[in-house]
Amino acid sequence: MSEATRAEVCAVAIAECFRGDGEILVSPIGTLPQIGAKLAKLTFEPDLLMTDGVAPLLANVLPVSGTERPDPVVEGWLPYRKVFDQVWSGRRHVMMGATQVDRFGNQNIACIGDYAKPKAQLLGMRGAPGNTINHTTSYWVPGHSDRVFVERVDVVSGIGYDRAAALGPVASRFHAIRRVVSNLGVFDFATGDHRMRLASVHRGASIEEIKRNTAFELAIPANVPETRAPSDAELRLLREVIDPGGAGNAEVRA
Amino acid sequence: MDKRTSLAEAVAELRDGMTIGIGGWGSRRKPMAVVREILRTSLKDLTIVSYGGPDLGILCAAGRVKKACFGFVSLDSIPLEPHFRAARQAGAIETFELDEGMFQWGLYAAATRLPFLPTRAGLGSDVLKLNPQLRTVRSPYDDGEELVAMPALELDVAFVHMNRADAAGNGQYLGPDPYFDDLFCMAAKRRFMTCERVIRSDEFLKEGSVHTLLINRSMTDGVIETSRGAHFTECPPDYGRDEAFQREYAASAKDPGAWQAFFEKYLSLENEAAYQRAVAAR
Repeated sequence: MSEATRAEVCAVAIAECFRGDGEILVSPIGTLPQIGAKLAKLTFEPDLLMTDGVAPLLANVLPVSGTERPDPVVEGWLPYRKVFDQVWSGRRHVMMGATQVDRFGNQNIACIGDYAKPKAQLLGMRGAPGNTINHTTSYWVPGHSDRVFVERVDVVSGIGYDRAAALGPVASRFHAIRRVVSNLGVFDFATGDHRMRLASVHRGASIEEIKRNTAFELAIPANVPETRAPSDAELRLLREVIDPGGAGNAEVRA
Repeated sequence: MDKRTSLAEAVAELRDGMTIGIGGWGSRRKPMAVVREILRTSLKDLTIVSYGGPDLGILCAAGRVKKACFGFVSLDSIPLEPHFRAARQAGAIETFELDEGMFQWGLYAAATRLPFLPTRAGLGSDVLKLNPQLRTVRSPYDDGEELVAMPALELDVAFVHMNRADAAGNGQYLGPDPYFDDLFCMAAKRRFMTCERVIRSDEFLKEGSVHTLLINRSMTDGVIETSRGAHFTECPPDYGRDEAFQREYAASAKDPGAWQAFFEKYLSLENEAAYQRAVAAR
């Protein structure tokens, strides 16, 4: 196997977010989150439930790219009304995007600038408020910059650890932001007050590059490991089964 | 009772300032023929309640919207709805922006005649800050948990689009997802259902299983056959999204001239049949 691309490293880092999740619904929003979740399902988390992006739940893993279209094996039905039930039941882990994210993991996908007359209207709140108060959430940022990793988000769509703590232990008992994965590294909140911490740096990126592209001060341990490299078996799955068309490499080029 | 009527008659019931619920989701199974019919009237200052797609975008672009109640507005294959964005970025509309699940809860509260329903969704987020009319409620039981009291989203009129309906007002969806069209109907004082095809009641089970009969006739006041009425949104299995047309629609947001040209070519025509002819003639 030739050396892993940055996108393939990201895919493995994303897959690792779902380790230990077991028999719950995973909802990976975006190309590399899809690839990573499928990799997890095909390797160490075979019990994950996933839809095809619409209502059917699929027992098998379909590729995100390429010309092969295996028949889907439909094992269940999850229209949006049942998605919300699933969210509120807690048996779900979502990986969303973040146009902005701050040091406590507050996420904005609603708009940039003054809310009454925004500079940029984005998707809207979507399910972010309900997701983050009800079950585990992770974030994927394909382009790590100080405009994404910001001191303060303009709108709080998905709630971070400071907001959850302010609600008190009862309201926040289901809140958990597991990780943020970017094209440069992996971040978690394993600090005393749940500030974002640099957990690992992708091969080819550096701590300096990450600091330069982050507008707030990250917790940085004395020894920051390199993000786990994909195994040969994982690379084979990524290249031959999950993403033969290279959609992941189109999303993250570094 | 035969509830068949026309787009013009249904839309003639609307008044300036009404709260209108629109079924479907994003760019999926939207009652677009109704939206086009609204553009043929002088209606204005509408409050639109929608899992938003081009329904909301078009009505914003045409200046008919006073307030949007939404959890998102998207064209699916084009993530951001450009006409809705333009209206928001011009500060042209008021908002009641919600979490998607809160939105469902609001419809459900209205459908079941409750003042509110409790939920955790929204707690700690800016949904509560941006909508100061929202209140919380404390559980009366020993847990004492504080929850969001999502108020009923009461609608003056609701419009939904089904694959099949009968003249009595029973409706059938044949795609993968019912969305929340039953709740929209139940949350509204007046309810209109457009459909791809009006069939006899005894034909429903030839089209799909009993589980596809989402709308019963107590939930509708009028039925309108509008073949390809969801165009350019998808309406499977009858047709998919017209992606080329959707791109043309999205591109018309780039400046007022482009929108004017798009409007004149497709939306200023005398009726829905003329629209469908213009689409077919591309």
